[in-house]
Amino acid sequence: MTPTKQRSPRKPSRMMRRAAPLLPALILLLIFMLGPIIYSVYLSLTNKALRGEGSASTDFVGLANFGQAFSSPQFWHSVGLTLIFTLVTAVIGQNILGMVLALLMRSASKIVTTLTSAIIIAAWILPEVVAGYLWYTFLGEKGSLNGLLNFLGLPSQDLLISLPILAVSFANIWRGTAFSMLVYRAALSQVSPDVDESAQLDGAGGWRRFFSVTLPIIRRSVLTNLMLITLQTLSVFGLIYIMTKGGPGGASQTLPLFMYEQAFSFGQLGYGTAVALILLAIGGVASLIYMKLLPREDKS
Amino acid sequence: MSAAVSSTQVSGAQPRTTGLRTRFNSTKLVTSLLLLVVALVFCIPLLWVVFASINPEATLAVEWPKQPSLENFSAIMNTKTTFRPILNSLLLCGGATLLTVVCSALAAYPLSRYQSRAKRPFLLVIIFATGLPITAVMIPVYAMFVQVNLIDSMPGAILFLAASSLPYAIFLMKNFMDGVPKEIEESAWTEGASTMQALRFVVLPLTRPGTAVVTIFTFVGMWGNFFVPFMLLLSPDNLPASVSLYTFSSQYGQVAYGQLAAFSLVYSAPVVLLYLVMGRRLGVGFTAAGGLKG
Repeated sequence: MTPTKQRSPRKPSRMMRRAAPLLPALILLLIFMLGPIIYSVYLSLTNKALRGEGSASTDFVGLANFGQAFSSPQFWHSVGLTLIFTLVTAVIGQNILGMVLALLMRSASKIVTTLTSAIIIAAWILPEVVAGYLWYTFLGEKGSLNGLLNFLGLPSQDLLISLPILAVSFANIWRGTAFSMLVYRAALSQVSPDVDESAQLDGAGGWRRFFSVTLPIIRRSVLTNLMLITLQTLSVFGLIYIMTKGGPGGASQTLPLFMYEQAFSFGQLGYGTAVALILLAIGGVASLIYMKLLPREDKS
Repeated sequence: MSAAVSSTQVSGAQPRTTGLRTRFNSTKLVTSLLLLVVALVFCIPLLWVVFASINPEATLAVEWPKQPSLENFSAIMNTKTTFRPILNSLLLCGGATLLTVVCSALAAYPLSRYQSRAKRPFLLVIIFATGLPITAVMIPVYAMFVQVNLIDSMPGAILFLAASSLPYAIFLMKNFMDGVPKEIEESAWTEGASTMQALRFVVLPLTRPGTAVVTIFTFVGMWGNFFVPFMLLLSPDNLPASVSLYTFSSQYGQVAYGQLAAFSLVYSAPVVLLYLVMGRRLGVGFTAAGGLKG
């Protein structure tokens, strides 16, 4: 993979010299990124634990950890929650809201556009822990949402208890929409207004113009954005951990939190690592699906 | 931040018939109102942190304080609560950002300048690593750090943070360097400059805006990162602000919401300021993300 490993043996010294600046980055990546991934493959096949059996001596247990995961209802519950969280947050929430905002901003007044994007970007810039606390206070029993609902004469809700996975999804939409919005605004600015205008003169309505003219042009940005936000959403940990700790009773325990609980609350490092590898695999499959959806001419 | 919209607005503002013009004006009104509604909804959670920070009797609800005061801020302005965690954050994120930017600039140069068979696979691996859920590698990283005694070590955490942000930094940096024409450094070579001299004195100065974007992106990402320091650092003396904010509530038994809000603001201020200073230049990062090739 390194540029030193290739043909043209005539001048290996020149190749080495040219590739030399890559070395510091390569060493860091090999030790701290590739290293843990390879180590995790080994760990996932052992019963390594922080305490009790497996802490004194580590035994090779084959695929037992994966078997344990696949036969655990709690694991499948977490997989389901992860899929809901990703679908609601990334694919529907951030993606569609980001697109709608970017489209609205094309025709809204400039002051409103600037103000709105500043607020949405502020939500995105704020550190994860702060966002977690903001939503904890917003949705809490005595929080602002209930104040608002009571003001409107509606009954109080306690989303953190009754529907925690939705609560953390809303928080994550709030936090992540800015990214999609910025990507789509950059993409839409490259769509020539002439194309849109001529379609309008041909009598195509707003919906029709969006789906038949605009969307095909920015298709690649949509797919790349979907891939990026899906992967980001799959690895959300801090926000959920701060808002609900995965609870109550595992009702918002997505895979990263399940993995953390197995590895640290229960000390099962081997099992937790197996779950981590499954999470990596889900991310890999998601990227492959999006890459496959990219039209051939765009893959160069 | 609003550069993207202006061009489309101009052309829309010159409609061919009056019918189109009135439609355009009502469109403008409706879209502006819709945006304002979204802005308001997005704003409410933000209002809490601002109001609560100046309210000595802050609760969970958004409410204008009866007696606004800076009491909360003065209460947290001490070494244990604020100064040390912020200093730790600066050390951790500053060190890791420096390492990332230097390594990515060095790595991007050969990737941008030389053709080789290994380049494309290497770039593909880098792009793939960009999307790697870092959360998933934290347990093996923890186990690995325990083995080599790097747990609770600031340098260890710095090295890992730097490595984890390298793929995206290399990718961005290479894109920026591709924008610097080769002819400029070729003339430097004919005058006898070495590769490293060309990079140092010719290419890097021309890539300065790009380097600034990479630096700020990396720094902002690390500043907000919770999971990595939460896993790798243990002793209170080492904890950065992201983790100390989390332990904030348990420190005093009962949560002092006003102080929590005040600390949240102090902790968020640096990244918000950086963003304001950089402004629309950071938009480049999103154009790059949108044009990402797979």
